[in-house]
Amino acid sequence: MTAAAPPPEALRAPLVVEFPFTRSLGPVQSAFLTGLRERTVLGARTEAGEVLVPPVEYDPVTAAELRELVEVGVTGTVTTWAWNPEPRRGQPLATPFAWVLVRLDGADTALLHALDAPGPEAVRTGLRVRIRWAAERSGAITDIACFEPYEYENDDPATGPQPHDGEFGNPVTGIVAPARLDYTYSPGRAQTRYLHALAGRRTVGERCPSCAKVYVPPRGACPTCGVATTDQVEVGPRGTVTTYCIVNIKAKNLDIEVPYVYAHIALDGAGLALHGRIGGIPYDEVRMGLRVEPVWSEDGRYPDHYRPTGEPDADYDTYKELL
Amino acid sequence: MTPHRPAREVAIVAFAQSDHRRRTDDLSEVEMVMPVLHDVLRQTGLKASDIGFTCSGSSDYLAGRAFSFTMALDGVGAWPPISESHVETDGAWALYEAWVKLLTGEADTALVYSYGKSSPGSVRDVLTRQLDPYYLAPLWPDSVALAALQAQALVDAGHTDEPALAAIAERSRSDAAANPHAQLPGARPQGEYVVQPLRTGDCPPIGDGAAAVILAAGDLARELCERPAWIRGMDHRIEAHSLGVRDLTDSPSTRLAAERAGAFERPVDTAELHAPFTSQEVVLAKALGLDESVRVNPSGGALGANPVMATGLIRLGEAAARIHRGASDRALAHATSGPCLQQNLVAVLEGDPRA
Repeated sequence: MTAAAPPPEALRAPLVVEFPFTRSLGPVQSAFLTGLRERTVLGARTEAGEVLVPPVEYDPVTAAELRELVEVGVTGTVTTWAWNPEPRRGQPLATPFAWVLVRLDGADTALLHALDAPGPEAVRTGLRVRIRWAAERSGAITDIACFEPYEYENDDPATGPQPHDGEFGNPVTGIVAPARLDYTYSPGRAQTRYLHALAGRRTVGERCPSCAKVYVPPRGACPTCGVATTDQVEVGPRGTVTTYCIVNIKAKNLDIEVPYVYAHIALDGAGLALHGRIGGIPYDEVRMGLRVEPVWSEDGRYPDHYRPTGEPDADYDTYKELL
Repeated sequence: MTPHRPAREVAIVAFAQSDHRRRTDDLSEVEMVMPVLHDVLRQTGLKASDIGFTCSGSSDYLAGRAFSFTMALDGVGAWPPISESHVETDGAWALYEAWVKLLTGEADTALVYSYGKSSPGSVRDVLTRQLDPYYLAPLWPDSVALAALQAQALVDAGHTDEPALAAIAERSRSDAAANPHAQLPGARPQGEYVVQPLRTGDCPPIGDGAAAVILAAGDLARELCERPAWIRGMDHRIEAHSLGVRDLTDSPSTRLAAERAGAFERPVDTAELHAPFTSQEVVLAKALGLDESVRVNPSGGALGANPVMATGLIRLGEAAARIHRGASDRALAHATSGPCLQQNLVAVLEGDPRA
């Protein structure tokens, strides 16, 4: 047993969280996004007579269901703006642009989007703008590529909203919203110590200074006592299967023949069991009490699986508290 | 709307926070949280097993760790099973839940904590994922961009200008110099535009941190704390979610929450406002009718340190700590969540009259 030394250096690794959210649309959203595909902007009229663009399914003031659709203009007026000198990934334009809220002609509320302008000096609240449509449109807010300044002498912003039945061929009923976030993962002190030891083919847990339980893998705190684990304790390498299950369904991206056994393994000296796959024995011969040892992965950084040691099975009393 | 008077005396009796830092690569979340948990327990002399209810606030998206709050629970001593809850937002809302729990009489003490590690990811981009997924999120409008749209609306309406915003930044960071936990102590140049009209100085620092408070009811609060910060009222309200529907220059939800919390019954001497951007302090001060007699953000506020998900709880904690040490008799604490002050919570805290 050694006192927990500070790790040689904090470990870090890239972590990408990526997920496509598939979302269904209500009737109003469906009509609006389908309309964008057809270069038509629809709003929803509230009981009070206001035209909401972008439209929502329910009145934000009264919560009444909104179903009356109107067509509004593709030109409008900037109600506020902000100059974005360094566009970020995913934003509508790759060159510097203005974020704008635009009240389209015939609408009473404003839509957020980007404005393509040469610089902040070309943008002001009150600026007249029009939609620049994306070349390829699928029924999404990005069917509007951006807004662009629109200054014409015969400009008539007074055009009123026109009734619209919201009917289009092949309506869009859902969207897929891809999201990707990039992180740099760092595991903290306890797990850094654990991972460093694993790289040397040693499994090192940490002991609670209060209740003396040895946690493997350590997470930095004893969940019973709520204090930091302090002492490093090498456990194993051998251990005992405390319980197990037989996996019959192949997991995606996992190159292991089914059925196989996934087990809780109490390494000798550990205060709780960790998870591991059992190999080197037919799946239907694995049993509680089976003595196992780690088989290290090719790069030797972690146990690939555990295999029988050939020792007699452990007595139930030796692991019954670790189930 | 008339104030809603709480049915039970409940007070904040202890507050602790970490030193807020740009990065904490050496610490897991539970390793960051544990010291502040131990700090509030030490202040009150309570043991973890004495706590009647535990509630935390955090977001897995910040550090990209699924169910990170369950890992953080290890630091509480959650086994054998405790009475516990979690909110996926700022810890100020965890405090609200704990307060309600104490008002029901189901518990007499509560531990509330929250934490945020913004350093592993890009918080400007992460926060886009909380937006309307149909009309906003696909455009990735980041948190500074949305605040900048609000700031420009304020400038256009004549409510502020760049020098006034710079003065808020300077006052906040100067006050943060007296706060040993602050990430940006001391005034500094406003810098370049991040998203015009907001400059670096108008934006909060990005960093990691944690905070905890303990609530106690009635005479127990008096036993645990020399001068409890009594919660006289607390309420939270939300704006319509579509930005283009709102008047970005006003915050009716803050005003309504303040009315319900009883903030307008008598003047407060201190206000801890959760305004991550200078321009948002302008909105809040107007909505709350704060005049120059009120000391705003003596802690330095979110411009001094902004551990996302803990910043609002820290406002409640800082206001309470000021009452604890006799620097305030009646304080308003505010917390916000979402873009452009989307949701707002207001609490009114008071100390007992001094002899």
